[in-house]
Amino acid sequence: MHHVLLERWSRAISPVHQRDARIKLLAALIFLIVVATTPPLAWRCFVTYAAVLIAATLIARLPIAAVLSRAALVVPFCIVFGITTWVLGDHARALGLLEKAFLSAWTALWLAATTPLPRLLKAAEWYGVPRLLILVIQFLYRYLFVLSEQAQHMRHAAACRAGSQGAARSLFRAAAGALAVLFARSYQRADGIYRAMQSRGFTGSFPAVALGRLTVADAAFLLLAVVPVIAVRFL
Amino acid sequence: MSVIEVKGLTHRYEDGTEALRGVDFTLEPGECVAALGANGSGKTTFVLHLNGLLTPAAGTVRVCGMDVNKANLARIRQRVGLVFQDSDEQLFMPTVIEDVMFGPLNQGVAAADAEARARKALEQTGIAKLAGRAPYHLSSGEKRRAALAGILAMDPEVLVLDEPTTFLDPPGQRDLRDLLMTLPQAKLIVTHDIPFARTLASRAVFFAEGRISAEGPVEEIVRRFNWEFR
Repeated sequence: MHHVLLERWSRAISPVHQRDARIKLLAALIFLIVVATTPPLAWRCFVTYAAVLIAATLIARLPIAAVLSRAALVVPFCIVFGITTWVLGDHARALGLLEKAFLSAWTALWLAATTPLPRLLKAAEWYGVPRLLILVIQFLYRYLFVLSEQAQHMRHAAACRAGSQGAARSLFRAAAGALAVLFARSYQRADGIYRAMQSRGFTGSFPAVALGRLTVADAAFLLLAVVPVIAVRFL
Repeated sequence: MSVIEVKGLTHRYEDGTEALRGVDFTLEPGECVAALGANGSGKTTFVLHLNGLLTPAAGTVRVCGMDVNKANLARIRQRVGLVFQDSDEQLFMPTVIEDVMFGPLNQGVAAADAEARARKALEQTGIAKLAGRAPYHLSSGEKRRAALAGILAMDPEVLVLDEPTTFLDPPGQRDLRDLLMTLPQAKLIVTHDIPFARTLASRAVFFAEGRISAEGPVEEIVRRFNWEFR
């Protein structure tokens, strides 16, 4: 059994989890656009954004420290650009870059932690994201765990037979071989999945499942989430 | 009328390997037959013909009186439910309920009815509480039940199970056996698990080199081919 933390968070119960995925996706997108277009030194704005995210995280009953530490994983990826900008003398832009990256990662994490992926994908489809892309993401997410489990088994098998001589080289060779085997197995599995789909009447297009109705509570949630950030940004 | 009637079935893979060489087989309504035989003897290739996943090089396959051909494919796939050896290949939708609904929706059943059928199938297989779970969060036994529910929701007349006890622990095997015993459909079970075959099947067919080389009561076939690990 796998225990994926994000998956577990997304299946929890809270006033935020109960909101429609379309509304949460829209709120997150508006929030991200507002954050991305905020001038670097608008501290009042950034403090408000952080306050909104703290409130949204707490109302969703997510562990705030764990969420923040995971959102911080984005920092190493943007710190190189931050340092470069800082060295070039644009200190405000460097700080703005880090702030925006961190807040954006937090927003994306909040969305993923409060909405199960299937609902999120359905919402994205409702907004017009191509069905083929949705299917690719869906299958990738579904089989990522199966593949990672296979990779883990192969890694253990290689480690069991690893010698002390030329460890790095033999490790590299084993990894390259495992990658090839994993590719071949994935291909084979794709074939098996397609066969299983055909056997249950699949003829090339997925049957669509309708989304639920939007409620007044959903609309109220959207207003509460986006009005403060838009107000502080543009007024 | 036999639910499955196969005559002179021959299959050749693209690389020239002749996997089936003139197989004759019948399955009667409500009957349970075990398909035994060595790995590579043609059992899986045979069952893939039963709902038109493979096309014969020669011979005929009839299901509930219909020839397995392109024109009948949708009806054939509704009648013959195939449960694959690897449940991970069969459970591809994001949640269990969506996966179980996949077959009925493909049959053109309305979403509300498909959901009702799916919930009934999940009740039948004893995993109703797992409806909203993602398939990769299930244990092997639960996955097998979910795969079976996906087939039962299509309301088939024949169940074909390929190595159903693989990856299952003894309690899982026992639960699956008990569940299968309650299902009224005709069943063809491909298995190496002799105790499992013994308790479920009234008859066994033995595959060797792409042919059914013998058929008869399970006990007799097992004894004749010394087909049990002791």
